[in-house]
Amino acid sequence: MHLTPVQTIIMILAITAGTMITRFLPFVLFPEKKKIPVFITYLGKALPSAMMGLLVVYCLKGVSVLNAPFGIPELLSIITIILLHKWKNNVLLSIGSGTIVYMVLVQMIFV
Amino acid sequence: MQNVRKRAALKEAFIAAFPHTIPVLTGFLFLGMAYGVLMQTKGYGVLWSVLMSAAAFCGSMQFVAITLLTTDFNPLQAFLLSLMVNARHLFYGISMLDKYKGLGKIRGFLIYVLCDETFSISYNIEPPENISRKYYYFIISFLDYLYWVSGTLLGGVLGNFITFNTKGLDFVLTALFVVLFIEQLKKKENRWTGIIGIISSIISLSIFGQDNLVIPSMIIILITLTAGRKKLCT
Repeated sequence: MHLTPVQTIIMILAITAGTMITRFLPFVLFPEKKKIPVFITYLGKALPSAMMGLLVVYCLKGVSVLNAPFGIPELLSIITIILLHKWKNNVLLSIGSGTIVYMVLVQMIFV
Repeated sequence: MQNVRKRAALKEAFIAAFPHTIPVLTGFLFLGMAYGVLMQTKGYGVLWSVLMSAAAFCGSMQFVAITLLTTDFNPLQAFLLSLMVNARHLFYGISMLDKYKGLGKIRGFLIYVLCDETFSISYNIEPPENISRKYYYFIISFLDYLYWVSGTLLGGVLGNFITFNTKGLDFVLTALFVVLFIEQLKKKENRWTGIIGIISSIISLSIFGQDNLVIPSMIIILITLTAGRKKLCT
């Protein structure tokens, strides 16, 4: 332990405060009883798919296409997920299979 | 009598919601354990890692915070970094304003634990007709929170006890986001916004690098959505 217990508690509180501001702010700015501005309602509908796209890129941010294995395990696993999801349309099956394909690829093939 | 009915409604909500959280169960137990183990190796025992997970509950920021806990004491820096790393929650909140309307006391808890995974599931997967919305969102949020804290606890207690090869297991969360992204794209009105999200993030990744990807992406997304509002609305 690098910090003292009191310092550690202060650090935990600081990180919690930062996180909770980002979580509560929208709900504080646009309370339930007030009418939400039209622009915000629009954002509320348009943002989720954009943010899901961001999360996908965020998860893959560390993948290098220039160095071996060139992102091939990720690409193959995502193709598996897309094809399987088109075919069976089962969320858990697609996620589970994609993960297993990825684990096999990085553990046995692209070691 | 009322209690019995409440319990039955909660149970039904659990049965409807639990399956959707299974990928998070896998990912959070695994990553939570990794976090507990990592904290342990830096000299922060299970009490500290669980306290951090239970209070801040902010996945990636907690990993960033390990560095902060092993350098000079600087809470202001920790606070600002936490604001920045977690800025994406602002957009989750805006997206959930409508769904989290009229849920009473539970709402505060739902907001407190609104992480990437809970947002993705709660936004994408509507509760079945006969299920209480309030309980459905509560179960998803509570379970995801529980998985993360339990994972941390297990990691802190057991340490490096896992012997089977877990390499690549964390891909389960990537897979979750990929599938829920496909689900989003099924609706015609979401196609362009989804593509905007992907392209904005790739642009921001190539300019700002992987450590500073989120906020520039959010800004590009916001500008594009604002500029294209008339086209995207129709």
